[in-house]
Order: sequence, then structure tokens, then C-alpha cells
Amino acid sequence: MNLLRRKFLKTATFVGAAVTVGAGALVPQRAIGAYMKAAFEAKDVNGALSASLGSDQHSASDAIKLKAPDIAENGAVVPVTVSSTMSNVDAISIVAEANASPLTSTYQLSAACEPYVSTRIKMGKTSNVIAVVKADGKLYSSTKEVKVTIGGCGG
Amino acid sequence: MASIKIRAKAKDGVTTVKTLMSHPMETGLRKDSKTGEKIPAHHITEVTAEHNGNVVMTANWGGAISKNPYLSFKFKGAASGDKIKISWVDNMGKGDSAEAAIK
Repeated sequence: MNLLRRKFLKTATFVGAAVTVGAGALVPQRAIGAYMKAAFEAKDVNGALSASLGSDQHSASDAIKLKAPDIAENGAVVPVTVSSTMSNVDAISIVAEANASPLTSTYQLSAACEPYVSTRIKMGKTSNVIAVVKADGKLYSSTKEVKVTIGGCGG
Repeated sequence: MASIKIRAKAKDGVTTVKTLMSHPMETGLRKDSKTGEKIPAHHITEVTAEHNGNVVMTANWGGAISKNPYLSFKFKGAASGDKIKISWVDNMGKGDSAEAAIK
């Protein structure tokens, strides 16, 4: 009886290991052009940027225009528009600093695309919104603070 | 199920595409006010835009995009009458796509 239990445990361990290996093998495949799960699971801004754009080194640039409200009365819907005058922009990420997972979204732009995206994001509380643009392999950013007043009568 | 609305307009060689999708976009962090249990995450993970079959833009989204998401982007090289196709996939494996002609 004891022997049977051993055998069962052994088999269970083996199956467990096989599953782990299988999952591990899938990760690199997904990382190329597929959904960036790790980037959205990152809990800090640098982790989110490294996973989504390949680096956390970014410099502030005037060539990026980040349009977001000064005060958002409803944190569930914050309109954000990012545009840039740079050329060779191939990716844009929008980060809300204080969110549980800071990366809100990242956009892969083809050569035909203008460096422009506009969307609506959720923000848990007042924090900086950072637009990070990848141009010629380097990262440039623009930051704006958005005050969030939930359920209040405005700022 | 038409869950995607598309408006695309070409002007001076640049096409502006505006889309609205209907989706709950649950983050997975919200709690049900009655039961106190967490509402499972259910959000769009990928949005792809194609112009005449070529991918022009791919968006990766987390749960921090607002409910019933809005997305706008611009690209060059399309003429009025061309087809623009938008498709999305969510973290539960569901998806939808829609096609519209550029005005």
C-alpha cells in the first residue's frame, strides 16, 4: 500500500514537472509579437517598460505631446492622447504610475503609422501618466500628473 | 454580434481611424458588492488593425483600459474606399472583428 502511494507521488511529480517545462517552453514564443503578459503583470514602472519596450531607460522629450485632463472626475474613464513629431516611431506605451499594474497599454506601430494614439484609461488614484515612445530603438517620455477625484464634485 | 464600431476617414494622405468596442474590461481587482468575491479579470488583450490585409497597428491592452474601449490612431498610404479591419481577442479567448470602408 505504501508502495502504491510512492508510485502515485512519483507520477504526480513527473506530470507536474512536464507541465512546468511545457509552460516554460511557451513563454519565449509568446514574447515575440504576442501578448506581453509579463509587462502587464509588472508592479512598477521600470518593470513594465522593460517588458513592453525592452528597456527602462527613457529621457524626457518635448517632441512628445501627452494630452490628458488636469483633473479627472471619474478615474474609470481618463482620455489620453499621445502624439509625437518624431520619425521612426515603432511603439508607444502608456503608463499610469500608481496603478496596481502600471502599464495600461502598449501599441506596436507599423512604418505606415503616424505616431499618434488616443484611448481612455482607468486610474486608481491621482498620479503621473507617462507616455513612452520608442523611436530608433531609444525611449523618450512625456509625463503629466492627472488628479483623480472619484465620486466628488470635481476638484 | 457587432461589438466594434469603426469610423475611418482619409484626409491629405493620412487616415484617421476611430473605433469603439463594447467589452466589460474587468481588471480582476474589483469586488462584487453583494458577495464580496472578486470579479474575475475579463479584458481585451490584443487589438489588431489591418489595411487591405496588412497589419498597420497592434495594441496590447491590460485591464487598465476603460470599459467599452475607445481607440484612435492614424496611418498613411490608404485611399478612400480601402478596407480597414479591426479585430480583438480577450483573455478568455473570445474575439470579434469588423470591417469598414475608409471614407
